[in-house]
Amino acid sequence: MSARRWWPFLALALLVGASAFPFYWAIVASLTPEARLFQDPSLFPTHIVTDHYRALFTERNFWLPVRNSLIVAGTTTAFCVSIGALCAYALARLEFRGKAALLGFVLAVGMFPQISVVSPLYLLLRELGLINTFPGLVLPYLTFAMPLTVWLLVGFFRQLPAELEEAAMVDGAGRLRAFWEVIVPLAVPGIATTAILTFVYSWNEFLFALSFTLGPERQTVPVAVALFRGQYQVPWGQILAAAVVATAPVTLLVLAFQRRIVQGLTAGAVKG
Amino acid sequence: MRGSERQSGIERQEARIAWTLVLPALLTILLVALFPLVWTFWESIHLHDLRMPWLGRPFVGVDNYLEALSDGRFREALGHTAFFAVTSVALELLIGLWLALALNRAFRGRGLVRAAVLVPWAIPTVVSALLWRFMFEGQHGIANTILVALGVLQGPAAWLIHPQAAWVPVILADVWKTTPFVALLLLAGLQNIDASLYEAARIDGASAWRQFRHITLPLLQPAIVVALIFRTMDAFRCFDLIYALTGGGPGTSTEPIALYTFNVLLQNLQFGYGSALSIIVFVVTFGLALLYIRFLGAELTGGRR
Repeated sequence: MSARRWWPFLALALLVGASAFPFYWAIVASLTPEARLFQDPSLFPTHIVTDHYRALFTERNFWLPVRNSLIVAGTTTAFCVSIGALCAYALARLEFRGKAALLGFVLAVGMFPQISVVSPLYLLLRELGLINTFPGLVLPYLTFAMPLTVWLLVGFFRQLPAELEEAAMVDGAGRLRAFWEVIVPLAVPGIATTAILTFVYSWNEFLFALSFTLGPERQTVPVAVALFRGQYQVPWGQILAAAVVATAPVTLLVLAFQRRIVQGLTAGAVKG
Repeated sequence: MRGSERQSGIERQEARIAWTLVLPALLTILLVALFPLVWTFWESIHLHDLRMPWLGRPFVGVDNYLEALSDGRFREALGHTAFFAVTSVALELLIGLWLALALNRAFRGRGLVRAAVLVPWAIPTVVSALLWRFMFEGQHGIANTILVALGVLQGPAAWLIHPQAAWVPVILADVWKTTPFVALLLLAGLQNIDASLYEAARIDGASAWRQFRHITLPLLQPAIVVALIFRTMDAFRCFDLIYALTGGGPGTSTEPIALYTFNVLLQNLQFGYGSALSIIVFVVTFGLALLYIRFLGAELTGGRR
């Protein structure tokens, strides 16, 4: 075979290998006894133990951060998708003055660096007594999740043919009924993709969760994993077991919906 | 006459519906994002130290900003951020372009590849930081073992203890996590290029390199610019990765501005000064964001509505 024919395959093999190796290594290490972790690591596991996972859920009660993350990310997603869908429909399919400016505004807010609003949000949440509560996390999460949701949904609503609501309206349905009965059912795949992406971003968020929680009772998964400390040394076995657990749900979501997610990501970033 | 009146009546009604639909989301964004940002600015021109509440919040004008200019640790953090941004974004664009070209050709097994590529992007940044820290940790981490076995290193290196070497796992982790995203953006751009252009070039006897140089690169330029701005912006906001990988250390030798600002705010509780630093981060990132939006501007205002 000529060089031109095999180099793409070489590139792709390298890519898949490089992408997968850190995961493979984390899984191997999470099943390796603590004492052997830094002694002549071998690429293939020899002694498999599940101690780290057991310790993670019994001693560390890792269910707590998992539950917290599910609640916070779930609430954020539900709120953003329902409110955001209305907004996105108007921005994608209705004519009104100031539309382009609004779209630009939403996009701009989506790019705010999170650190630039940490100080007022902290003072505000402290004033409202919301530090270390679920609402105290969902509220800050809206800063990045709402613009993201609106932006992705606008992309999806635009892809539907323009004649759809017109036909419904000729049949006597009003704008809102046309939206609810014609557009929403057709946009379900797009809405689901948006929900998945918003959930993934909320699940992974770190800075706000670190800033606005005080202890394990409200910590989300990324914060709990990052703040893992042993009494004398870093408990790598448990950290990696936690990493595997933290990664599993998003990995499953991504693998199940990869085609749609790629569509949503590239449409949101490249096209208008 | 009457027809156009009715037309504008319908338009007005449509505008009213549109604003009603937009309002809840818009109010949310104003409340949780714009209002706090204005507040940050207000804090930044006042002295506000939560450890010294008796000082109150006196107005100090640009003092906090002047303090930032003469703050050595802040200037270093700015330098670290710039270094991190330039190095990681350059690597990501080069490798991403290579991968996108490969993905654009090979068809069989593309689903598998796309999945493999997406997973690092989708996992929490903190987790990816910890995976890479583990590989570079200690004398007998896997990175040292492999590098020594391959003969690249004479003996194990203390990556995380050395001020310069600590950047290696940081940049590798970022490249590992975000190159896939860059590749996907560029791939979307590649797929928009009309295949008949290559057809014509081949008939004219243009070499693969010339096709790449004169068709692919110019037509891919918009996607490249978008990826470039996007990634640079992200690199300037970088927080999670370094927090979990080096903690900004050893010492403060890998501390980026977002991490320094976080420390000033929530460790030192200097809210006035920390807010000034936040505003500086905001201005830099937002400058890049405006560039990006202007770049997309044509598509926002005109074209497909």
